[in-house]
Amino acid sequence: MPSYVINEKCDGCKGQDKTACMYICPNDLMVLDKERMKAYNRDPSMCWECYSCVKICPQQAIDVRGYADFVPLGASVVPLRGSEDIMWTIKFRDGSIKRFKFPIRTTPEGSAKPDGGYSTAASDDIKGIALFTEPDSLHLSEVPTKK
Amino acid sequence: MAFHDKFETVEVNTDVLIVGGGMAACGAAVEAAYWGKKYGVKVTLVDKAALDRSGAVGMGLSAINTYIGIAKGENTPEDFVRYVRNDLMGITREDLVYNIARHVDSSVHLFEKWGLPLWKDENGNYVRSGRWQVMINGESYKVVVAEAAKNALGMDNIYERVFIAHPLVKDNRICGAVGFSVRENKFYVFKAKAVVAAMGGAVHVFRPRSTGEGLGRSWYTPFSAGSSAYFTTMAGAEMTCQEVRFVPVRFKDAYGPVGAWFLFFKSRATNAFGGEYTVERKEELKPWEPYASVKPLPANLRNYQGMLDEWAGKGPLFMRTEEAIANLAAQYTDEKERKKKLRELEAEAWEDFLDMTVSQSLLWAATNVRPEEKPSEIAAAEPYFIGSHSGASGAWVSGPEDIAPPEYQWGYCNMTTVKGLFAAGDASGASSHKFSSGSHAEGRIAAKSAVRFVLENPEAPPEFSAAEIEALKEKIYKPMELFEQYKGYTTDPNVNPNYIRPKQYMMRLMKLMDEYAGGAGSAYQTNGPKLQRALELLALLKEDSEKLAAEDLNELMRCWENIHRTVQAENHVRAVLFREETRWPGYYIRNDFPTMDQENWKVFVNLRRDPNTGEYEVFKRPIISIVD
Repeated sequence: MPSYVINEKCDGCKGQDKTACMYICPNDLMVLDKERMKAYNRDPSMCWECYSCVKICPQQAIDVRGYADFVPLGASVVPLRGSEDIMWTIKFRDGSIKRFKFPIRTTPEGSAKPDGGYSTAASDDIKGIALFTEPDSLHLSEVPTKK
Repeated sequence: MAFHDKFETVEVNTDVLIVGGGMAACGAAVEAAYWGKKYGVKVTLVDKAALDRSGAVGMGLSAINTYIGIAKGENTPEDFVRYVRNDLMGITREDLVYNIARHVDSSVHLFEKWGLPLWKDENGNYVRSGRWQVMINGESYKVVVAEAAKNALGMDNIYERVFIAHPLVKDNRICGAVGFSVRENKFYVFKAKAVVAAMGGAVHVFRPRSTGEGLGRSWYTPFSAGSSAYFTTMAGAEMTCQEVRFVPVRFKDAYGPVGAWFLFFKSRATNAFGGEYTVERKEELKPWEPYASVKPLPANLRNYQGMLDEWAGKGPLFMRTEEAIANLAAQYTDEKERKKKLRELEAEAWEDFLDMTVSQSLLWAATNVRPEEKPSEIAAAEPYFIGSHSGASGAWVSGPEDIAPPEYQWGYCNMTTVKGLFAAGDASGASSHKFSSGSHAEGRIAAKSAVRFVLENPEAPPEFSAAEIEALKEKIYKPMELFEQYKGYTTDPNVNPNYIRPKQYMMRLMKLMDEYAGGAGSAYQTNGPKLQRALELLALLKEDSEKLAAEDLNELMRCWENIHRTVQAENHVRAVLFREETRWPGYYIRNDFPTMDQENWKVFVNLRRDPNTGEYEVFKRPIISIVD
């Protein structure tokens, strides 16, 4: 099914107008069945298995079952995404488990400043080749050009 | 009351409209926001998804593939131009590649400031996995880049879940775009003085190897549906390198990345009998000199050598992961050190997949693969259309003022041949290897240029009358109207002689492209008569696109995505037919012209569809080198 929703865990994001998975799916696949108040993937064959819905689900109600075309049953790859890192639990078909933790960002969520703190002082020329943070953000004194 | 009257028309007036939500669009957003604020130019972005995870980088990446390292003297933009030129067998707009190269480090440095974790060595330098690549912990790469774009533009100026179906263009002047919400009954008319097209490449034009549920596990994103090619082609822009498809060789079926294995882990690829095709098949590349002798070997030639092994019955091909890890660990004689290193390598190998192709981890786990123990299969995938990686298809855009020769310059940098229409990322052609970072940088270049265009061309673009807009609205919602009209005719709405549903249409497109235009199922081979046949079948398919039917707004988007893909398909077939040689044998082979012809074909193949008549013109443009 690529991504699938576990009946017991999904709460339909408590009746908000859209669920977290609907909000995030880059291919507009997740929908809320308003009668059951459960989300589902409406077209598994268009699912990239990008795990965006799995990572964002507040109930951890979404998992992925590998593509029926070529993935044998019995394995799972489950992320737990925090504000600074992501923990992955990989369960093999033979039952063995591997766990990995990787950082995902170095700054607090929401804090990205468009200029990154680089000087925009030199960027007053709309006709010039320098982009708004350049040359500072290049760590150079000028933008290279071919002589 | 007409069917489409139930959809409210929302008109948005802006100066610069950015269409797309991926790396190029986010780059365009941060740059345009700055200049827009400074000069009072309004900037609006419209994305068919949600910015945080939209585009090809949404799942994440394990490396940034384009970082020049100019400030630390690692490489120069000229070095990068030489590399790209060779990889594309000489067919490259060097001015565009140079321009991206001189700005790309700036985008990478910004990513770091925004919060993307880049691997650093003990001296504080980025860890390189190859000459141009730097390693990252990239699960949230797109989230971080989108955050800066949102903070720059403000959510008031961003429209999510609005699909742009069609350009607004008059007298070769862009006037905006029209589309629809995939969530509400709203029809959007964006009127703009300049438009930056950044809607990505095209997937599912060719039939993929997996056609069941695994259809979605394309190497590139299934939501890259040819919208850039459609938008620019239908606006009347000149297009380039439409024949230059990209065929990636990846871990088989799940399409996990091989870059880190080749470059970082120094792995070999061999056939099933241990033979190394890049060594054993050197001679067979002779017809493609001088490119057969350059280092690194162009991606398409390496592909071709592997294909020759497959065709000779020497498959499957394997990535020798077990050997590579053993070799790396063997460098440590101390047992404790060696074990520690092995654990590190194992984590790095898994992270490579978990960061960007989770499915590959799932496939390894489901087949009990441990890379340190046994090799894994690799295979050539189906063809894709992208302006990045080792592909090159896209719009023909004006070059940078200080570098581009006059033949490549007709106005504002990154502007297409349509006045006010700009292209970046996968939407702009002949500037390969930009990848995520270069697409972001190119988005910035195009956006600054678009703001300048608005300032210097302040007059309002030609108006569209209410009747003209109404006609477009009717056309856009036609698939839903058809479905409503005819769904009751049969007992099963899927089989109905009055219409065709989008999935069925897509299957027909992919089958004809695979069989006549040299897809994976046809061993990437085609010839003139087959391509002519493809054009005949495409003409019938285009007629039937008028009969696409949609049950809901999601399916309406699927219908329009397929109409978009069809234009990419036709552009491709026409360009492959025109170029009478085989220049990229690992992408496709013209059996009627099986070798390279430098004398006649070391040129760009460009084409233009006349928006008034629908007639195509295909022609040559010269290659002008600016780097020795």
